[in-house]
Amino acid sequence: MMGPVTTRLTQLLGARGWAVLAALVAVVLVAIPLTRAWLPPEHPLYLSDYFVLLTGKIMCYMMVALAMDLIWGYAGILSLGHGLFFALGGYAMGMYLMREIGTEGQYQSHLPDYMVFLDWKEFPWYWAGTEYFVLAVLKVILVPGLLAFVFGWFAFRSRIKGVYFSIITQALTFAFMLLFFRNDTGFGGNNGFTDFKRILGFSLAEPATKSALFAVTGLFLALTFLLCRYLVTSKFGRLLAAVRDAESRTMFCGYNTRDYKLFVWTLSAILCGIAGALYVPQVGIINPSEMSPANSIEIAIWVAVGGRGTLSGALLGAGIVNGAKSWFTVAFPEFWLYFLGALFIFVTLFLPRGVMSLLNARRRAT
Amino acid sequence: MTRGGWRILVSVLIWLLGAAPVAHALDPATVRQLAAEDSDAKIEAINRLVTEGDAAAIPLLKAMQDDRLQMLRGRLLIVGDDARDALTGEPVSVGAETPETIIIINRIRGVLGTALAALRLQVPVRATRLTAARALAVDASEEMLPLIQRALTRESDPEIKSLLAQAAAVLELKSPDSEARRRAVQVLGTSDNPQTKQLLTVLLVKAADGSFAEPEVAVREEAQQAIRDIEARFVVPRALGTLFSGLSLGSVLLLAALGLAITFGLMGIINMAHGEMLMIGAYTTYVVQVLFRQYFPGAFDAYLLAAVPAAFVITALVGVALERGVIRHLYGRPLETLLTTWGISLILIQLVRTIFGAQNVEVENPIWMSGGFALGGDVVLPYNRVVIVFFAAFVVLLVWALLNRTRLGLNVRAVTQNRAMADCMGIATPRVDWMTFGLGSGIAGLGGVALSQIGNVGPDLGQAYIVDSFMVVVLGGVGQLAGTIIAAIGLGEVNKLLEPYTGAVLGKILVLVFIILFIQKRPQGMFALKGRAVEN
Amino acid sequence: MTGVSDQTLIVEGRTMGLGHVVRPGEIDLSHGSILYVDSVTVSFDGFKALNDLSFAIDAGELRCVIGPNGAGKTTMMDVITGKTRPDTGKVYLGQTIDLTEMGEYEIARIGIGRKFQKPTVFESHTVFENLELAMKADKSVWTVLFQRLSGEQRDRIHEMLSRIGLTERADSLAGMLSHGQKQWLEIGMLLMQDPQILLLDEPAAGMSDEETARTAELLQTLAGRHSIVVVEHDMEFVASIARKVTVLHEGRVLAEGSMDRIQNDERVIEVYLGR
Repeated sequence: MMGPVTTRLTQLLGARGWAVLAALVAVVLVAIPLTRAWLPPEHPLYLSDYFVLLTGKIMCYMMVALAMDLIWGYAGILSLGHGLFFALGGYAMGMYLMREIGTEGQYQSHLPDYMVFLDWKEFPWYWAGTEYFVLAVLKVILVPGLLAFVFGWFAFRSRIKGVYFSIITQALTFAFMLLFFRNDTGFGGNNGFTDFKRILGFSLAEPATKSALFAVTGLFLALTFLLCRYLVTSKFGRLLAAVRDAESRTMFCGYNTRDYKLFVWTLSAILCGIAGALYVPQVGIINPSEMSPANSIEIAIWVAVGGRGTLSGALLGAGIVNGAKSWFTVAFPEFWLYFLGALFIFVTLFLPRGVMSLLNARRRAT
Repeated sequence: MTRGGWRILVSVLIWLLGAAPVAHALDPATVRQLAAEDSDAKIEAINRLVTEGDAAAIPLLKAMQDDRLQMLRGRLLIVGDDARDALTGEPVSVGAETPETIIIINRIRGVLGTALAALRLQVPVRATRLTAARALAVDASEEMLPLIQRALTRESDPEIKSLLAQAAAVLELKSPDSEARRRAVQVLGTSDNPQTKQLLTVLLVKAADGSFAEPEVAVREEAQQAIRDIEARFVVPRALGTLFSGLSLGSVLLLAALGLAITFGLMGIINMAHGEMLMIGAYTTYVVQVLFRQYFPGAFDAYLLAAVPAAFVITALVGVALERGVIRHLYGRPLETLLTTWGISLILIQLVRTIFGAQNVEVENPIWMSGGFALGGDVVLPYNRVVIVFFAAFVVLLVWALLNRTRLGLNVRAVTQNRAMADCMGIATPRVDWMTFGLGSGIAGLGGVALSQIGNVGPDLGQAYIVDSFMVVVLGGVGQLAGTIIAAIGLGEVNKLLEPYTGAVLGKILVLVFIILFIQKRPQGMFALKGRAVEN
Repeated sequence: MTGVSDQTLIVEGRTMGLGHVVRPGEIDLSHGSILYVDSVTVSFDGFKALNDLSFAIDAGELRCVIGPNGAGKTTMMDVITGKTRPDTGKVYLGQTIDLTEMGEYEIARIGIGRKFQKPTVFESHTVFENLELAMKADKSVWTVLFQRLSGEQRDRIHEMLSRIGLTERADSLAGMLSHGQKQWLEIGMLLMQDPQILLLDEPAAGMSDEETARTAELLQTLAGRHSIVVVEHDMEFVASIARKVTVLHEGRVLAEGSMDRIQNDERVIEVYLGR
């Protein structure tokens, strides 16, 4: 009875695709952590903490790009609020990491430093249970998921679409940013959470912990990719594209398009939340600026640069733009915004199907 | 007050009081306790300094407030341009070492503020005493009562005197003598300070066992009467003040959103660089102001009159360049327009940063816009806000006249309703497009002039307004100028009416949530067009 | 009352002449008519697109609806398919099912298929995939996530491909089809849903004469098995298929009857030719 399963697997990715994926997974999950564990730091094959942090970060962004591509590239819904779900996942994980600091903060209190500074005597009620990792993981999924579900339920029910939807998602993340900027909200205001010490008892400063987080991120990225691949190659994926291209026809075919949009929207938000949760322990900080409208709209440009409607395009775009960002902000910090702005204009005007369309054109030519 | 000012002030004080050099008057043990680990110990020390009432403690506490009170090798220092011993006042060489700052949490900051105010009641400068008395009128602590009473006997200025009487009355509310309490309540009843009402209300609170916070019936009745008096005096100006601040915020929103109502509402272009048009208008105002200061200092107060047309023309030109260069290639692709114009906004922000620097620039109100109109009670309408309300009305009239009384307006309305048909009738639609977009951008520039008069002018100015502007236009109903006006003023009013109950930020969030919910109910906005036109 | 005998609808609700049992979700055809539009009014900003409109369609009937521009033809279809909610009035499928209470997708699932004026197909999908998506099946999210085509379903799709003459084009993108082919594909998609009622908005628009003739032929064969409502401008086409014609004017029924009677009706002539 293995027949259908194997055909489904070959539908997911071709033989070459599987080989590439397996090779990448082997490098990220096995080779890099092992060389970092066994080789001395002077060795040429030893990858530095900086490299691991940067690629780990970019892998998180790639997950976000996949989530964005699912909703924008396939279902045609441009969200300008995906940074919010990323940040909420990050905050859910950050609350746990704050508890892990214990009494090692500046004021040696069991409370986070900023609460001591505000003269709070105990944790607010919504911090209950944040010391348990399992609950943190649950929250990483549930908080962005529920928010997206409720918001989407209202928005899709009243048939808000196109730019209106985009504008409202932008207002949503903006409202949350204002909320999280307040000290009274209890999430550290402007500064957010930082100065984390350990996760699950392992010190975050240890190279081994960094390697492990890097490998886990790689694993989640691979799983996210396969999940998205499964979705877009299935009838469900064809239906998303149908909703994008001719929603009323889809409805008159007997599909409740609201359910489909709600499903993929919520799923997309959850994927962002997971990416945010993986991001925070690696970079060591989460603050409300992650919710700024600018951050969310940047996600859209990753996908646009790579080529929306193709998963590899989303991955590629997140890699290119963020690679360029980390290079620019070191080499020519004042030119980064010029470059990013020009990228927005260039891609939409001259390369609407992204870098992938160039690659495909070359493949067809040869 | 500058540090130099303080030095002079302190020496004047020393001379006045005929006191010995600063530090000798203060108790060394108390001063050292300021550096205690425990916050409560610090507060106790501060209060003791207040009770002693020596003005010499002012520079010490001021230094503490500014984080300039520091510890080096067990010695307390006041650090400024140089470092001096906090007790003896003699200079200390710090050398390569870094003294440790005495850390103060927010609670201590509050205590320090009032402590300084109490001590400053002795200062000969009237303005300083007035500020101090204002602070104390609501926030004094028991230790300060003797200081305040002493100051009250000495004080000749009626305004400061009434404030001090209030401050004393607030403290006397806790007096064991019921007659003293009743008199205190009477004094508070004449207060113009809204916060005293709160103090009186507390007296009437009934505890779980049926006893009142104020045991004496007579005092309670007096308090009820006093509360009624205060409320009666505040009702009208308060209400007017709130309505006005709502109107003022609404006008700001309207000025920010009007340009967008044209580009997005009429033309359907999602211009994410709209905020940057506001910013360019504000920076134009700044440049005009600089030019006036340099070349026509005599006519400086008139610079705004020149800034208005300048801002309109420059932003309109930027808008036309945008439309011709980029946006026209993207008609019919709203999501792409959105991304492209966002890219343009990033470039404009960085451009302004490169030219003017990342810091905010200083835009001064002309003299005729500073000051305000006192409405009674504690309510003052600032002139710059009043001017902006009228300016918003002027811009609305301008837009209305342009759209309804000119050839351009006729063409714009024709193109909006049916582009193909307008084309057929010989209207040069591309020309109408760039003129309309230029008009919308120019109006945004006018909004920028207004914004420069009430807030910071910096490269990020536009980003703060873009979400609000879109909300106003969407809420009002796309393509409906009247809707935009009502939405802007309505949002301003709702925001300001909510503010007293929720605080500014939470109020703003509530309003955003409300808009999101409202649009769920009526996706077409308040003034919906129905029928086939909407579907397409 | 044509066609009741040879159509395939469920008529089990009846018991031996002793009244009948109403079963929820089943179309009750005990009175012969499958679709009732009952005094429906729709107004847009004071303009009455439909003004107290009432008519009924018999099971298995092929009905043509004609009328000048703005007579309310498209609005009528919008109301039946749930796209527009009427201000007043009801639309019933059979005796018992109130369509005005249902969502578009529910109306589609219960058996009303609609073809738009402008052919609407999924342009970035292949012709085969278009039919696959339209095919009658469980269409809820969870099922679709794990759904796979069975051999039987493939056969059905291939059968439909040959019926609409697009076998050769099965794997080309629907966006690449000619206008007429898109119209046919759209009709094919409707048929894949196995509907009780087909609502066709100008099915012959933009077709060549030959294509138009074939379309007329197809509709003739479908009548009886399905109830069909055709909105059309092309009078020749209407004449070639119509058994009964309804004329709409200013949101209400102006006349109804055979093509001959309509063509000689004073009021119809007046509306079409002007006073």
